[in-house]
This record gives sequence, C-alpha cells and structure tokens, in this order.
Amino acid sequence: MSPKISHHIPPEVIAAYAAGSLGQAYALVVAAHVSMCDTCRAELAAHEAAGGVVLEEIGEATLSDGMLHRLMGALDAPKPQERAPAARHGIYPGPVMEALKGATPRWKSVGGGVKQCLIGGDAQGASRLLLIPPGQAVPDHGHNGLELTLVLQGGFSDDAGHFDVGDVEVANAGLDHVPTADPGPPCIVVAATDAPLKFNTFLPRLLQPLFGI
Amino acid sequence: MLSVVDTLAPEPRMAPRACVRSELAVTPDIKTAPALSEQTVWMLAIRDQRDKAAFKRLFDYYGPRLKGFVMRTGAPAAQAEDIVQDVLLTVWRKAHLFDPSRAQVSSWIYQIARNRQIDIIRKEARPVPEALKAEDEADDEADAGQALAIEQETEKLRRALAKLAPAQRDMIERAYLGELTHTEIRDATGLPLGTIKSRIRLGLERLRHELKDLRQE
Repeated sequence: MSPKISHHIPPEVIAAYAAGSLGQAYALVVAAHVSMCDTCRAELAAHEAAGGVVLEEIGEATLSDGMLHRLMGALDAPKPQERAPAARHGIYPGPVMEALKGATPRWKSVGGGVKQCLIGGDAQGASRLLLIPPGQAVPDHGHNGLELTLVLQGGFSDDAGHFDVGDVEVANAGLDHVPTADPGPPCIVVAATDAPLKFNTFLPRLLQPLFGI
Repeated sequence: MLSVVDTLAPEPRMAPRACVRSELAVTPDIKTAPALSEQTVWMLAIRDQRDKAAFKRLFDYYGPRLKGFVMRTGAPAAQAEDIVQDVLLTVWRKAHLFDPSRAQVSSWIYQIARNRQIDIIRKEARPVPEALKAEDEADDEADAGQALAIEQETEKLRRALAKLAPAQRDMIERAYLGELTHTEIRDATGLPLGTIKSRIRLGLERLRHELKDLRQE
C-alpha cells in the first residue's frame, strides 16, 4: 500500500473535510491522499469520532409522530441500485477515478510539454490532473488561497522541499514557488485551487500560473 | 469479519452503556472488563441479525439527536426530518459496512450524516477515500479489543468536550457542524485527539499487516 509519505494534509484541512465544510475540489485531494496515507486516515477518523461526540451531545429535537412508522415501513423496501464507487486504477486513487467517471484522463496540452485534465470544480474551486515532463520547471505562480497538490507519479522539488508519490504540497496565498519535475517518468499530480480559472493557450508561458491554468 | 457480539456481549440487547454485568462477578478478570456500549450492541444486532427491535432503539436514541444536529446547521424542521429519515435508512442499508474496530457508532453515523447532508443540500457527492477491505480472516479477538479501546477513547473525548468552557465548546460544535473554514478551525483547538488518533493508527497498522499476510499466502 502506502509509499513513504513525508508531506501530509494539515489537521485543520482534514477537520474541515470531516465536517463537510471543505469545498469539493479540495475534498477530492483530501480523499485521494487519505486513500494513500494511513497517518491522515487516522487523523480523519479522530475528527469523525469528535464529530460523533458532538452529534450525541448537541441536544435533541422532538421528532414528529409517525416518523418511526414511516421509517420502519421503508426498511423492507427494495434497496435502490447503487453504483459501486470507482476503484483505484494504476496510479489513480479511487476518488480520482470517481471524478474521472472511471475513464482514463483526457489530457490537453497547455504548453511547454505540460498537460492538464480538469476533473472537477464548483464556485469555490477547481481540481485538475497535471502532467509535467521530467526536468520541466513550472513558471512562478502566486495564488489567491489554499492550493493542495498531491503527487501521483514521479516527483517534484521546489523551495518548500521534495515531493514524492503520496506527498501533498500545501501552498497558502502568496507563496511563490517554482516546482521542477524530477528526472524519470513524467510527474503527475492532482491539484486543487480556489478559483476555476480559464486557461488561454495564447498567453505567454510566464503568464500561465501552473495551478490556475 | 465475525461479530464482536459473539465474543464480548452474549446478551446484546440487555447490555447498558459501559456496564459491568453483576452475573459475571465470580470471574474477576471479566468483572473488571468493560462491555461495549449499548449503541454498539444495537448496531451489531442490526448488522448481523437485521434486528428491527435494535433498529427501533437506535432510532429512539439517534433520531432526536440527528434532528437537533441537522437543525443547528440551519435546516428547517421538515427538511431536517427528511435528512434524519434518509440517514437512518442508510444506516440500515449499509449496516454491513459498520466495523466497531474502526469507528464507534456515533462516529460512523456522523460520517453518514455529513455525506447525506452534502449530497442532499448541495446536490453533489462528497469525494470519499477508498474503503479498506475488512477481511473475513481478520483476528476477531484483536478486533474486539480494538473496538473497546475506541469506545474508551471516544468516552474520553466526550468528557473533554463536557469540561470545555461554553465559548470553546461552542467553537468545537460549530467546527463539526461544518460552520467553520479550515483557517477558522486552525485557531479553534480544544479536544485532545492525539490518543484516539494513535489508537486508530495502531488498528490500521494491524489491518495492513493482515492484508499483507493474506496477499503472500
């Protein structure tokens, strides 16, 4: 299972995921990382235990008459058909495959050999797969808010350190970093940012913020 | 995975929360051993026997709490009841996934409630981590010990929450109701999660070890 992981999701981001307050794009990266990392799986379970305690202690509200009857009556109804969640496929963890609807990524070139595949997003953010050729440096990019980048294949380095498969780089607003992909196989990451920016292939490369592509 | 009821609680529906059963007092070792909470015993009876009487008890206990919880997030009473109904029906249908060596009942229902609430209110499916496969060959005795340990750790959390000053307790409640952003949560610590986390981690390591052994066979 897990590769050796040294960069994890911060506890407060896992807590926000457990509580359901984290946006969809970030939740995808958290779910993918937890699929690969038992340290963060335990962190998540601890927050869910705390959530369970809050659920039990927060106070009761009276249920309307007839609710129990309705519910007991529904127990024997046939279960609705549920599709099994997508399973891990190669380097792509289950939640990423789920976002890809079970298909392999359809890469689109964004210049400099870098390719991307948008896999989700809403008003609060966007998530995408990125493929960066070995040795390729990605131009400076600032961002407005939290950026989570999970390595699925290969690795990259920047001022913050070296990131291998399973590692997550957490970049907050204002951090300028120049990730450079390791030699070897192309680096593939899944990244979440707070703004679903549009990529314009006619912009000069220096104006293409990596994760806002 | 075999039922923990078989090994630890021979009289499932009679066992109250963390009780010491007096009829076992002749055996000193067992006398001091805590039993599983009644919520866990109900849930195991639902999982293993599809026990509707146990489900009714679970409903009586969690139904009003779930409604209180969902209404605190701002849902009107009628919608809150729809969500409660949906959550408890999911509990019944997915009972086979309940594993007390991995999560206490309240924690498991909390997860389901968050997922269902996001699915229903935001109309989007929350991405969830890959499930770990529970293996039939798992070590049941160790699982039972792990289930008890998780219950004890959860009890510690409950006591810690009760001891907090009202303002701090309110922050914790708001965090787990989903009302705080991750940056707000960063500043709102208060519950000691370290010990339950290391206990869960131990359980995961054991599970990984078992899965590895199975693969090598």
